[in-house]
Amino acid sequence: MDAILLQILNGLDKGSAYALIALGLTLIFGTLGVVNFAHGALFMIGAFCAVTLQRLLSLSFETVDPTKTDFLGNPAKIKTPYIESWLGPETGAAIIDWSVPLAILFSIPIMLFVGYVMERGLIKHFYKRPHADQILVTFGLAIVLQELVKHYYGANPIPTGAPDAFKGSFDFGVVLGFDPNLIIYPYWRMVYFAFAAVIIGAVFAFLQFTTFGMVVRAGMADRETVGLLGINIDKRFTIMFGIAAAVAGLAGVMYAPINSPNYHMGMDFLVLSFVVVVVGGMGSLPGAVLAGFMLGILESFASMNWIKDILPGIDQIIIYLVAIIILLARPRGLMGRKGVMED
Amino acid sequence: MSNSNLTRRGVLKSGAVAGAGVALPTIFTASSAAAYTNEPTGGTVTLGFNVPQSGPYADEGADELRAYQLAVEHLNGEGDAGMMNTFSSKALKGNGILGKKVEFVTGDTQTKSDAARASAKSMIEKDGAVMITGGSSSGVAVAVQGLCQEAGVIFMAGLTHSNDTTGKDKKANGFRHFFNAYMSGAALAPVLAARYGADRKAYHLTADYTWGWTQEESIVAATEALGWETVNTVKTPLAATDFSSYITPILQTDADVLVLNHYGGNMVNSLTNAVQFGLREKQVNGRNFEIVVPLFSRLMARGAGENIKGILGSTNWHWSLTDAGSAAFVKSFGTKYGFPPSQAAHTTYCQTLLYADACERAGTFNPCGVAEALEGFEFDGLGNGKTLYRADDHQCFKDVLVVKGKDNPTSEFDLLEVVEITPVDQVTYDPNHPMFAGGALGECNAG
Repeated sequence: MDAILLQILNGLDKGSAYALIALGLTLIFGTLGVVNFAHGALFMIGAFCAVTLQRLLSLSFETVDPTKTDFLGNPAKIKTPYIESWLGPETGAAIIDWSVPLAILFSIPIMLFVGYVMERGLIKHFYKRPHADQILVTFGLAIVLQELVKHYYGANPIPTGAPDAFKGSFDFGVVLGFDPNLIIYPYWRMVYFAFAAVIIGAVFAFLQFTTFGMVVRAGMADRETVGLLGINIDKRFTIMFGIAAAVAGLAGVMYAPINSPNYHMGMDFLVLSFVVVVVGGMGSLPGAVLAGFMLGILESFASMNWIKDILPGIDQIIIYLVAIIILLARPRGLMGRKGVMED
Repeated sequence: MSNSNLTRRGVLKSGAVAGAGVALPTIFTASSAAAYTNEPTGGTVTLGFNVPQSGPYADEGADELRAYQLAVEHLNGEGDAGMMNTFSSKALKGNGILGKKVEFVTGDTQTKSDAARASAKSMIEKDGAVMITGGSSSGVAVAVQGLCQEAGVIFMAGLTHSNDTTGKDKKANGFRHFFNAYMSGAALAPVLAARYGADRKAYHLTADYTWGWTQEESIVAATEALGWETVNTVKTPLAATDFSSYITPILQTDADVLVLNHYGGNMVNSLTNAVQFGLREKQVNGRNFEIVVPLFSRLMARGAGENIKGILGSTNWHWSLTDAGSAAFVKSFGTKYGFPPSQAAHTTYCQTLLYADACERAGTFNPCGVAEALEGFEFDGLGNGKTLYRADDHQCFKDVLVVKGKDNPTSEFDLLEVVEITPVDQVTYDPNHPMFAGGALGECNAG
């Protein structure tokens, strides 16, 4: 029982990342009809927003300490962050410590801008082209973006820690009456799950309860009619592209303390997120969220040792296996709409 | 009118066959004029540096390339000569190799066997490289070593730690300076037993490929010999990024040590996840839960950040060593590039010098002459103490460093501290040891 609870918790944070990325993918597909293979790269850029802000806040000046030597035996240069010099050591250190949560604010305008440039500069030229063309061009764009990041940040993962207040883990076992240390869950992963829930809720509320969202939903259902009513739906869809980019970016920012960001982290999530979108149903936002959490939890369960002993390698194929079964039983996915990608 | 069987089609066919024969690359057979593959005939000799310039190990590849360039400078008599001053062999004169100026070409392995073979083949075939060196992966090293054996050039392996490189996949044309998984186990196990006790229960997470398997096998054998029990060995996919679902089952067992047979990004992520799930604070039967990373790399330690603190592992070399050779190399490298070299840089620098020295002592670039000069060669002054290039398997035998993540680093490079230098005798094994069985060097191939 304790093992099952632990794997459900594990699946929730993994599912949160899948759901956030899949939500953005579905927003873009549902509005613009574009299959965006560069979406994983947006997740990666978000994580590097956190890295960048941490580096900016840690920018330092050097002073020579004659009492210490560096690796060559020369007088050591001691680095002091400007922010600690300006605001005092304690305040400065606290701001650097909270760089990941602060990166949420830092990343939103950047991601909106990246999304806007990506859509206006490249993707809009492929709206009327076949999906295969869209996949090729966005996949190429993803490779360009990740190589750019590698060029400037290197190939190795960059540690980007959570604030000290969220380090450590919570013992669910004790709360639920099990032995201590049996069901342990890191605080930051709990934060990630809560954050994902808030973002998903915000996106749905935006689409459901605002006039802008209502128009976008109407455009998703019947673009031509909305256009005939004199509404510039293209402009709204471009904004939705920016919002989808921001959602992926925020997912990346908050993921940075879970696994140190590296340039190919977007690709690691991309294929799985597409499977999530397909299983959820192309164009269905609730389907993307549902499938994200469902496949995240299933993947976690498949990693349990006793399951792998019975079915070796199942942890590697479970998502694809489930996708095949669901698509055989429900060809449009869990919550897919009739007519989407069926022409 | 003479009767001839010649037809237009027959002439074309014969011509095509003859043309193809003439155009066949001479890579796998020495040309009639040359005594061996890519025999240098002018005033220069070309070496091929095959390192990962893209992909997950690109940073290690970049450091290897820096070391190669430094070695070439020193061989050509430029710079401060680095470890040439401390090397026990005095055959190198700073005038290139055998009087020929050293030039080099580079290839990108991408940490993929097929790409590495293609780039090595190109350097041999098109650029005339007489020796290939490099790599940051055992899979790549084994693949390129096989190619060099067929092509008739020497392969001086870079960072490759799998037992197989000088075990079942060893080749007469291939040589490894870097230590191996068996040596890591033999060096690390006594330190682990002394620090953590001889009755520990270990749980292994292992990267599911050749290096991970041999690493796990080596550590399991070495620790069980000292009384440890192996609770479970779990293979993790090389592509895995989140290890939480592999780590949480450990909480359900009575294991009190986690051994991470991971390298690169795998190691960074699995260690980070293990720390996040509170394993370092966990108590089992009144004792602290411990984590071990058998193969440490400073570049990887940077990725793991403060999670590395206090964790034991092994390494081939570390820049903080104070012997004359290490100090000379750190000074040369640090002055040129502004930061200390990694173990990958050290081993590739050494391999270049060792190759050049062997050519000088043999008086030829002929790979069979060079191989003969390297086999059984004993040397000192290259940072690892007295070292033997064993003739039986072309593996270097030298002291091994047991290191620990430093608790209070003084700089971004000061991440590991040497806790023990394990003497070479303790890590030496029989050439027919079961972990290295199944292969043969074969005959040297000069092309």
